Amino acid sequence: MVQLTLPKNSRITKGKTWPKPEGATNVRKFQIYRWNPDDGKNPRVDTYFVDMDKCGPMILDALIKIKNDIDPTLTFRRSCREGICGSCAMNIDGINTLACIYGLDEVKGDVKIYPLPHMPVVKDLIPDLTHFYAQHASIMPWLETKTNRPAKEWKQSIEDRAKLDGLYECVMCASCSTSCPSYWWNGDKYLGPAALLHAYRWIIDSRDEATGERLDDLEDPFKLYRCHTIMNCAKTCPKGLNPAKAIAEIKKMMLERAV
Amino acid sequence: MADVNRGNRPLSPHLTVYRPQLTSMTSILTRITGNALILAALLTVWWFLAAATSEEYYATADAVITSWFGDLVMLGSLWALWYHTLAGIRHLIWDNAMMLEVETAEKLGWGVIGGSIMLTIITVFIV
Repeated sequence: MVQLTLPKNSRITKGKTWPKPEGATNVRKFQIYRWNPDDGKNPRVDTYFVDMDKCGPMILDALIKIKNDIDPTLTFRRSCREGICGSCAMNIDGINTLACIYGLDEVKGDVKIYPLPHMPVVKDLIPDLTHFYAQHASIMPWLETKTNRPAKEWKQSIEDRAKLDGLYECVMCASCSTSCPSYWWNGDKYLGPAALLHAYRWIIDSRDEATGERLDDLEDPFKLYRCHTIMNCAKTCPKGLNPAKAIAEIKKMMLERAV
Repeated sequence: MADVNRGNRPLSPHLTVYRPQLTSMTSILTRITGNALILAALLTVWWFLAAATSEEYYATADAVITSWFGDLVMLGSLWALWYHTLAGIRHLIWDNAMMLEVETAEKLGWGVIGGSIMLTIITVFIV
């Protein structure tokens, strides 16, 4: 159900302002969402000041610097630092993106960082993605075949392989799904842009032999059709992919097989 | 949702922190104009109903609808009608999985906004 306001335990309170680094001339202000599961308090927004002369160029560099030099309790996910693992997805300056490939120079003014929107928070900038991953698993993200296994590999023409471009690059960072108002209000039943992009990736794979079953599974008032082409997903995808278009293609296939 | 909110986990902020996008704003406006047009439709029906009832009743209804406030509501409804129509056409295009690239979609968004304003002005001059 649509609930526009945050529940009582989620309302944000005023947080702590951490001291400025001594002797720094080029200082930047960071406002970061904090929530500690152990202190029983509501979430808060802490203010940090980072010496930009001693900081790398990316948002993730600043977060790591804060953790190393100012506040070791600041908690976030990160791994590859080059936009391929999808771990450091968060809401930066009002949009969802990967902290490691989003430049500090792309943000004007103070840097505001929140966890991915409308998700249960595990701690600070870490959202619980259990449900998101379960939805991905539900679309059968693997090759389904019925014919006998070929002697070597399942072959595909160059043209058919090209149909997977713009789909297979998804790193499942959840930026798109958590940017989608439909997913905010109906995320329990609506699969969301990421899972649907993956569904389409297998639907149009020329080697896959379960296209009909895949479409049957999506023929549902919520799973697919809660997409209203709001397009926050395509706009925010840090990999430049277009889930909105993939979803439109699925809807079109549904219609084509019905008439 | 199964097992996703163990303990007393807070919900991360959404509407209040997400920056409005051209595509999301034109999308919500489609809904708002669609619903607001129910009001315009009811007003028009009331107007006709009054005309069919009696001369005095019609005079009252007509006075309300042609007052400055009535004019304002009707002008707003006229714009809403054009906006909703153009946004509907945009959805028909999108339903063919066409023009969904972010840049094209945003151009269409500006087209819907600009087009609805222009068509409203033209309609006002013609009527």
